[in-house]
Amino acid sequence: MSALVGERTRAGRLGDSITRPDGTAKVQGSFQFSSDLNAENCLWGATLRSPHPSARIVSIDLSAAYRISGVEAIVTAADVPGQATYGLISQDQPVFASDVVRYVGEPIAAVAADHPETCRRALEAIVVVYEVMAPLTDPERVLDGSHPPIHPDGNLIRHQRVLCGDANATGPIVVEGTYEIGMQDQAFLGLEAALALPDPGAAGVELYVATQWLHEDQKQIAACLGLAPAAIRLTLGGVGGAFGAREDISLQVHTCLLALRTGRPVRMHYSREESFLGHVHRHPARIWMRHHATADGLLVKVEARMVFDGGAYASTSSAVLINAVTHTQGPYRCPNAVVDGYAVRTNNLPCGAMRGFGVVQACFAHEGQMDRLAAACGIDPVDLRLRNAMVIGDKLITGQVIENVAPVERCIRETAALPLPDEPVGGHDRNTMRLPGGAGRTADAGHIRRGIGFAVSIKNLMYSEGFDDYSTARCRLADGVVTLKFATSEVGQGFVTIAGQIARSVLGVDEVVLGTIDTGVGSAGSTSASRQTWMSGGAVNAACLKVRGLLFDAVAALYHVDANSLSIEGSDIVGASGALRVSVLEASTGLEFDETVEYRHKPTEDLDDNGQGDCHTAFAFVAHRAVVDVDPELGLVKVIQIATAQDVGRALNPLSVLGQIEGGIAQGLGLAVMEEIIMSEGRVRNPSFTDYLLPTFLDMPSVVVSLIEEPDPIAPLGAKGVGEPPTISSTPAIVAAIRDAIGRPLDRVPVRPIDIIG
Amino acid sequence: MQIRVTVNDTTHDSDVEPRTLLVHYVREQLGLTGTNVGCDTSSCGACTLHLNGEAVKSCTVLAVQADGQHVATIESLAVDGVMHPMQTAFMENHGLQCGYCTPGMVMASISLLNENPNPTEQEVRLGLEGNLCRCTGYHNIVKSVLACAGAAAVSGGH
Repeated sequence: MSALVGERTRAGRLGDSITRPDGTAKVQGSFQFSSDLNAENCLWGATLRSPHPSARIVSIDLSAAYRISGVEAIVTAADVPGQATYGLISQDQPVFASDVVRYVGEPIAAVAADHPETCRRALEAIVVVYEVMAPLTDPERVLDGSHPPIHPDGNLIRHQRVLCGDANATGPIVVEGTYEIGMQDQAFLGLEAALALPDPGAAGVELYVATQWLHEDQKQIAACLGLAPAAIRLTLGGVGGAFGAREDISLQVHTCLLALRTGRPVRMHYSREESFLGHVHRHPARIWMRHHATADGLLVKVEARMVFDGGAYASTSSAVLINAVTHTQGPYRCPNAVVDGYAVRTNNLPCGAMRGFGVVQACFAHEGQMDRLAAACGIDPVDLRLRNAMVIGDKLITGQVIENVAPVERCIRETAALPLPDEPVGGHDRNTMRLPGGAGRTADAGHIRRGIGFAVSIKNLMYSEGFDDYSTARCRLADGVVTLKFATSEVGQGFVTIAGQIARSVLGVDEVVLGTIDTGVGSAGSTSASRQTWMSGGAVNAACLKVRGLLFDAVAALYHVDANSLSIEGSDIVGASGALRVSVLEASTGLEFDETVEYRHKPTEDLDDNGQGDCHTAFAFVAHRAVVDVDPELGLVKVIQIATAQDVGRALNPLSVLGQIEGGIAQGLGLAVMEEIIMSEGRVRNPSFTDYLLPTFLDMPSVVVSLIEEPDPIAPLGAKGVGEPPTISSTPAIVAAIRDAIGRPLDRVPVRPIDIIG
Repeated sequence: MQIRVTVNDTTHDSDVEPRTLLVHYVREQLGLTGTNVGCDTSSCGACTLHLNGEAVKSCTVLAVQADGQHVATIESLAVDGVMHPMQTAFMENHGLQCGYCTPGMVMASISLLNENPNPTEQEVRLGLEGNLCRCTGYHNIVKSVLACAGAAAVSGGH
């Protein structure tokens, strides 16, 4: 039933752009996404959600709903057998609201019935009496203390200060600005879906679900169900994209609860509107920054105040916040800093992980500042960035030293050297579709202004702040065939491709079988934080190396040679002297080696009260240059080209890397000019793809890429995660290009037509 | 209501409710889950299939409207285990990541080439603009379609 059972792949080693092992099934429609899963005698589940951002629940009457034929079970907070709340970092979110609701869309009850339509009618028949309260929607009201707590944990999720160097340092050039970032949705195409199969006697449950982290889900579900984690077995249902939105629990507990209650399989699917309400989003943020610099544009001090709206529940807000504050300076040397960051609780939609995780917001602000500084100093923006570019040995404002690899200058220089588009406004073919506004043909080519913008970013890789970050992999070699087992969520990023490439490279085999991705092996951690190539790649690599060691021992004993003299060459094991050559197939015939390894990166530290500490593991760098055409009369933008040089360490599958870069840029473009969940008094005004705009084929600019391959010595394969950086500085580069075109300060994303027209 | 629909060359006599959408009919009643649902508002194109040989978003068609018609889904493309050239092109050109949009993209792309066997890059973009992909940034999908068109031009047709 899993998406990847027994998937066999044959060709391709590290560095090859081999195709995806799940590609055949995906292009043929036989790949089973979690929404495709079904079982005999299966019920449908559905969720009743709050229509109010803030209200007291006076009463819930289920009697009319129970009278509807086909309704098998209705569960509310009173039916949660274990812990009433869940959450990734702090468990502050109720499985079902019981006394109060804190955001529009908060679950109140779940129904299991014979048909989705029966579910819909049952939800309508549940009578909830609310005492509606005024919502807390302005984050500043948390900070000025003018609103009473909306949650027992209080309204401030986290405050983190960073003090570095001399707080009173000044420079002759001072620039400041206040930047706003709207709420972005991950907008994966594969909607939330799960299938739960109860064990007899409700002793446990088997859950097939699209998620980013099976074991974390398992832990949280078990706690809420009051069962041992081992009683909850999770298998990855095919995942239609994630981008951070599947790191938190959504329908997992509800689906399991309904299955245990009814003793029947239950499947639950979200609609697109429900998906907008049912998962966390990118934090809207307001960031003030002031930079002090020398007349030559060298940074002296950065000051910042950041306010991140976490919405009703904490999710990963505290980690998102520390990512933001620890990346305040960007990829630039800055000896002094005073930064205060706040993540606050409001009655807006809960926010958490999305590609870039706090750094997107910080980068939009620091890159706006770098352009302001360049203008104030009369220095070219690219030159200003080069003057301040970090090098190995420089320190972050947290005191952490940048080690091993820091090709910031190379990223900037190589990006700047990439060819500019040669096409004039409207393209060589004078195609109106290439103008801002496209098919509307609203733009007169003669009025279009072209602009160029530049931005650079630094992104931490893996988990931070002392988290015990590890991944597990099992490698079995028998009769020349390798079987790999891991719980790494494949969400589209292509880890399944890389895993086979690693095994073939290390063990010289052709055939690699991928085991089902489930909780039958130790945790892989989450598919997030640009970490799986490094972490699960490291685990697969280590497990394969361990098996190779045992294989070499066996060959050494058989042929009376020194195991240390053996190596893999193609599909053979060879001795140093050249005297021995035996194929891996022959050497492993009749033998079986089976090793499981946990891979960990070097430990990280918590930040102290002044924001000091080695809280991150490693970093990746990237630069983006954007070329845009702007219709200044109608406020329309067409992004023409993005050029980028990205620090990837080592490209293990270059075409996959390119796919991540192009896809990441599309999301960065979305935040720059079109994507925003618009909230008004705690209500979402655009929870659909007709009103929440996503970049289409016609919005996507040409992309020119330079991969910077400087293998990181502490990365197990030399490779860095490549998923997040493309999303981070593409946004400020596009906004800088729009500013360049129209000569107006634009301090908010997405840039709206009204912002351009003024 | 009783309908008779030919789906992937098999004729089905089915009892459907009048409100049933074609996408739900093929997914739930026929078990052909290759056609995906991504948005509910006809915005994303994940549910694209062929109705009488032309690409349609099957969330905009009622099952009863397909009565007496021919429907082809992604599952019909591979013949005796041999993939359609468009499927191969998507595979080889990394035209997919999570793959959720892929069946709809492939069906829309085949329809596009049926109408315009030798499109320009811009024509591919225009023709597929109603299909959303959140993973790839579209370039590899455009490459896939152009590669398929190019291969067909060389071999003399699909």
